[in-house]
This record gives sequence, structure tokens and C-alpha cells, in this order.
Amino acid sequence: MAVEESVKADKIIDARGSFCPGPLMELIKAYKQAKVGEVLSVYSTDSGTKKDAAAWISKSGNELVGVFDRNGYYEIIMRKVK
Amino acid sequence: MAEKASIVLESGTVDKLMAGSIIVSGAVANGMDVNVFVTFWALMEMRKNAPENTKLGPEGKGMEKQLFSLMKEKKVPSWKETLKQAAEVGNVHVYGCAMFADLMGIRKEDLDPMVEDVIGVSQFVDMAKDSKMTLFI
Repeated sequence: MAVEESVKADKIIDARGSFCPGPLMELIKAYKQAKVGEVLSVYSTDSGTKKDAAAWISKSGNELVGVFDRNGYYEIIMRKVK
Repeated sequence: MAEKASIVLESGTVDKLMAGSIIVSGAVANGMDVNVFVTFWALMEMRKNAPENTKLGPEGKGMEKQLFSLMKEKKVPSWKETLKQAAEVGNVHVYGCAMFADLMGIRKEDLDPMVEDVIGVSQFVDMAKDSKMTLFI
């Protein structure tokens, strides 16, 4: 089983159609409300978010589970570590 | 203590205001505290009763119709909405410029509620002087 399929998101943020910096800002908002250990997944059609969100997740000391191309949108999955 | 970014919004054209508010969001995403000083034409756009802004800088002349209809069609949030979202996510303080407000007879209550105070340049420079990043847009 692929890694991404074994990780179930506790919260999905569907930010498809939202423009830079919308998806990242929505992810950060959800992150602030989440508990440590929770998995957040953000859907985005904005290509910048793929890199921006991944960089933010790593830089903020959280775990980047993965960035996935979902045929028409990107899914970025993170686990809240702190 | 969080790193600081200080940004002056001076231009009142949508291209510059959007760029500015998106950069504020980027600063917030990087954990920075942001002070925004709004003056001149940007302050005019910050008035509650400002007419719908369809202005672009010189390079955008002739592009207004195309750009604004694309933005509407793709539901791009306005620069004010982007700035408000940044303020919900992080530590953003927006100040109006007292000099320009006095000149134009703009009172604090005439401005969007996100403007928390109308202050002088010296107070803003005092906030800005130890910033990691300063921008004039």
C-alpha cells in the first residue's frame, strides 16, 4: 500500500479554485485549530501552493506527509507535530 | 520574539495593492509580525466609501477590462479580503497615515475597521526600524 493511502486526514481543506495565497492561509488557519498529531490535507488548484505549503510545513517544524498530483489538483498532506 | 516586516502601501492601483496584501500574507506565513502603513492613494482606497477600484498602474493601461473580468470570473479575492485573511492568520497591524488623513480630512472612522489607528510617520519608523524586511509599494 502506498504511503499516502495509509494516512487518513483528520481534516480536509478544499481550497480548489482559491488563488495564492488562499490555500496556504487556509491551511495555516486549520493548523492553528488542530491538535498535535492530527493530519491535515489541503486540496489546491494553485500551482504555487504545492511548493509554498510544502516549504511552510517543513519550516514550521511539522511533518510533510506528501505532495500528490491528483489529476487536476494537488493534495498536500501534513501532520501537526507542534 | 517574532521577526518584523514593515510595509508602506502608497499606490492605490489594484495591481500594487494586491501585490502588497499578498506579500503581507507571505510574511505572516513565515511567522513574521507585520506593520502596514497606509498613505496617499492607498489610504484613499482604504476609505469605507471608496468607489469600486478599477485602477491599474501605467503598465496595465488598456488591460483593465480584461483583468478585472478575469478576476471576477476566477473569483480572485480583493486585496482587502486578502489583507483581512492575513490578519486572521497572523499578527498584522494596519495604520493610516496621519499627514495624508489630515490633508484630505479623512477621519479614523471613515476608514476600513482593519485600520487600527491613524499615526504619524515617526511612530511608524520607530516600529519599522528594527524590521527584517521593509517595503514601499
